[in-house]
Formats: sequence, C-alpha cells, structure tokens
Amino acid sequence: MNTTAFSLFLGIVAITLIITYFASKRTKSTSEFYTGGGGLTGWQNGLAIAGDYMSAASFLGIAGSIALAGFDGFFYSIGFLVAYLVVLYLIAEPLRNLGKYTMADMIAARFDDKKIRGVAALNTIAISTFYMIAQLVGAGSLIRLLLGLDAVTSIVIVGVLMTIYVVFGGMTATSWVQITKAVLLMAGTFIISLIVFAKFNFSLTEMFNHLKTATPLGEAFLNPGNKYKVPLDTLSLNLALVLGTAGLPHILIRFFTVKDAPTARSSVVYATWIIGIFYIMTVFLGFGAAAFVGADAITAQDKGGNLAAPLLAQALGGDFLFAFISAVAFATILAVVTGLVLSAASAFAHDFYGHIIKKGTATEKQQLKAARWASVGVSVLSIILALFAMKLNVAFLVSLAFAVAASANLPVLVFTIFWKRFNTAGAITGMLTGLISALLLVAISPSVWDPAGKAIFTGEALFPLTNPGIISIPLGFIGAIIGTLLSSKSDIKKYTEVMVKANTGI
Amino acid sequence: METKPDYNRISASQNFKQLMLKKKRFLFPMTLFFLVFYFLLPVLTSYSKVLNEPAIGPISWAWMFAFAQFIMTWALCMIYSRKSVQFDKAIEEIKQEAAGRKQA
Repeated sequence: MNTTAFSLFLGIVAITLIITYFASKRTKSTSEFYTGGGGLTGWQNGLAIAGDYMSAASFLGIAGSIALAGFDGFFYSIGFLVAYLVVLYLIAEPLRNLGKYTMADMIAARFDDKKIRGVAALNTIAISTFYMIAQLVGAGSLIRLLLGLDAVTSIVIVGVLMTIYVVFGGMTATSWVQITKAVLLMAGTFIISLIVFAKFNFSLTEMFNHLKTATPLGEAFLNPGNKYKVPLDTLSLNLALVLGTAGLPHILIRFFTVKDAPTARSSVVYATWIIGIFYIMTVFLGFGAAAFVGADAITAQDKGGNLAAPLLAQALGGDFLFAFISAVAFATILAVVTGLVLSAASAFAHDFYGHIIKKGTATEKQQLKAARWASVGVSVLSIILALFAMKLNVAFLVSLAFAVAASANLPVLVFTIFWKRFNTAGAITGMLTGLISALLLVAISPSVWDPAGKAIFTGEALFPLTNPGIISIPLGFIGAIIGTLLSSKSDIKKYTEVMVKANTGI
Repeated sequence: METKPDYNRISASQNFKQLMLKKKRFLFPMTLFFLVFYFLLPVLTSYSKVLNEPAIGPISWAWMFAFAQFIMTWALCMIYSRKSVQFDKAIEEIKQEAAGRKQA
C-alpha cells in the first residue's frame, strides 16, 4: 500500500468530517437540511455545482477515453459543458422562483396534484439511484486499485461517509464537501495539465504532432470515429448529454441553496467557467496519458482506461503526485454520491412523506426526522445494490441517468414554464413515457445484451443503440403533448400565476 | 399578514407583457442557435470526413470546432448575463408597481 496515498485519503476524510461537524450545528430545521438555509453566494454555489457535477466518470472516465480513443472521448466533455446553456437559458431561474426543496416542488407549483408529485419523486429516485450505483461500483474498483483495499470494504467506506455527511450535515455539509472537492480537482488537473503542456514546450502544434505517432491508432487517433462508429448512436448520446443535465435532480436542487433567481443565474455562470476549464484540461490529461503512459500500460491496469489519469500522475510526478491524484479522485466520488443521497432522500422525505402521506401536515420536527431517516434508507439501499452490481459492467448507468433525466424530466420542466395549455394529464404521461421508454430501450440494448457475454446477459440486443435518447427524448415530449391534448382540462388562471412567479419571483 | 399578489393584474400589466416579449425574443432564437451549433459537430463527424482536414498545422477542423463549442458556451453565458441585467430592471419595476398597488 502506498502510505502517502493512504494518509492523503485520511486527510480528506478528516477535512470532510470537520465540515460535517460544523454543518451539523447549523442544521436544525428542514429548510437548513434541504437547502442549507439558502445563503450560498453565486460563486460558492458555482463551485458546489461544479463539485456536484464533475464525477469520477468525468475525471477518470473521460481522461481514459481520450487516451484510448482520441477525439471521440472528447464528445463527453463538450456535451457535459454545452448542457449548462440549457440550464442557464431555460431552467435555472424559473426553477429557483417556483421551487422550494425538490424538483417536484416546481412542477407542483403549477399542478398541485399528488400523482404528479409522486411520479416526479419516482423519477428523481430512479435517476439518483442509477447514478449512485455507477459511482459506488466505480469507487469500489478504484479504491481497490489505488489503496489495495478490497472492493466490498471500499464501497462500504464510501457509503458510510456519504451517509454521515448527509444525515448530520444536510445540504450545508454537502455544499462544502463539493466546494472542497471542486478546488482539489481543479488544482490537481491543472498541475498535471501544466506538466504535460510543458513537456510539449507549451506548443499545441507540437502536442498534436506528437500524438499522431504516439498511439497504436496512429494518425487516426486525432480523428473522430474510433469509439463511436454508429452515427445514430453518437447523435443519441449527444442528445442525452446536452439535454440531460437540466433534468438531473441532484443538480437542480443546488439552485435552492441561493437566495434568489439572479444568484441562481450567477452560480450557473461561475459553474460553466469552472466546468469548461476543467473539460478543456481533459484533453491534456488524455493526451498526456496516451503519450507518457501508453495505451498498453493503461489497459493493463484497467480495460476501460479508468486509471489513465492516476497513472499519468505517477509517470509525471512519481508516487507523491500519484497519491495526490488518487486522493482527488476519492474526494470526487465522495462529493458526487453525497449530492445524490441528498436528492433521493429529499424526494422520499419531502415529496412522498411530507406531501403525499402526511398531506403537508407533518410538523417541522417530524419532517427533519423523516429527511434524516430517508437519507439513511437511501444510502443503505444504494450500498446493497452496488454490492450486488459490483461484478457487472455498470458504466452505462451514468448515460442511462442522463437519458432518463432528458426524457422524463426535461420535457415536463420546459412545458411547465413555457406552455400555457399544458395540464396535469400531460405532465404525468410525459414523465411516465420518458421514464419507461428510456428504461425499456436500455433493457433491450447492447449495454445489457451481448452475444459474447460481455454485458449483463448473453444474447442478441433487440434495440441496436446503446443510448436510448434519440427515441426516448422525443417520446417524452410527445407523451406530454398527447396527454395534454387528450384531456380537456386546462387551468389558465394557475398558469398566469406560475408565469408571473417564474419570471419575476414575486 | 401578507396577502397574495394579484397575479392576473401583474400579468396583464404593460411592463410584464413587455418583459415576456423581450425574453421570448431573446431566449428562443439563442436556444435554437446553440442547439444547432452543438449538433452540427456530431452530425458532421458522423456523416462526413470534412472536419478531418487540417486547420492549423496538425490540428484538424474537428478539434477547432470542438474548442469553438467551449468559446460559444462561454460567450453565450456572458451575453445572457448582460441581457439579464435589463430583465432584472424590468422585474424591479414590475415588483414596485405590484407593491405600490398593494399599499394603495
């Protein structure tokens, strides 16, 4: 075991526990639990959004994909960033003005209906759980490789930590863990990128020239088409990436942590700068790993290329840099799963318990208690699911989460804000068609079925694309439209109120 | 006790209608623009090889277009921030109007 890595891991655990200790003193009410009291500045929330968003899949996954497949790996970086324009232009401000604690709050601001709240909460839980299983399974194999702990122990450690942060520190702890992680991740990536760039004498031309001959792909490395060979699948992936972010519940709840819509706006702008700079640096990580570690050495450690970034750190800066980058990866995982636990727990406690079971009559004390128990429940469930899924290839669950978010949530969020005629029936059919079609299409896709047994089941896939977005996203919109038109109900008066609130915050 | 604002009157006011019109005229064309700009990249790389031509030395147009996506995103962020200062002013007026009416 690498002792530096081990002590840095302990250091991160210590910092986050100290944050949680102080946060717990400030978490006495439901509002503090769900939103941290709504007092973050735009800059702080921007960092927290970045910390919530840039998962290990981004940091390790994209670096590995670029190192192994060149240009195609960069598609994720672009999609993950441009997605923030959808958040900024269409969603962030109306969401802040209409919602209170959860995504369902915003839709319920227009349609005060238990069924809608229930379906919206179900989507939140589904998306957060898929995402979390992928992160936890990834955490297991990562920590095993970095620290030598076995995968079960690693998953349990990460699971216990995320539970502690959320149960005791609520949103305040979550925000500051995410801010800490964002700073560490940016620092770590910047250092590596700088060293890589220096090795090429700070010349992009020299770097690109070198990469033409440095990999087994030869000149093709720099061209698109090494990884994504089916055009429709590429488009489908890109569609889910760019539209999914604006429907991810754990990102959406971050907008309730600021005081008003203009602050929500400025936090997206800060986040977009940070996230954009980070994704530009993924090119340096990927190219660096391809040039200084080499494709063979990367795949020898992990077939998916997930260790490209830590291996690059070792090649450039020896054991210390390796330990530091490994610790950054650990912090990255912790911050993301913490945000996911909180979003799923708030859907359980605020939407299901508070509004559907208790019909809004629960006392402050009962609500807070429910929120804490829901967090424990969500964590335990995810840990168990992750332990079962440990041996499976679950990387596709991240893109599934984006596809469900884009298909089930985004159409309804957009129509709630912009479409006058939209009604309860449309919201329910839209969310359900989006959710069910995305899940079904993935269940019969090559991510789940492979004739050679490389996926979960052995056999031919019925649906040819790995990403369902290109079918399920239009279906989500069409479902919402058809549901609306088939029902004669429409409530123009309520829309007037929602329109005024969404746009002015009055 | 705070009374519920009169949403019908606010939405019928000239100021509010103006704001909605301005927002619509800004948000929809811009959204359409960035979505088209974004999808042009995977469409071009999937269905043609034109972007494989070199742009600057060894850097091909595919990479130039990919980096342009970042510039586009940041530029649209700044444009939005600037534009929303105008929206905020209009919102402030609408709020004052609504508050004035309540007092009277």
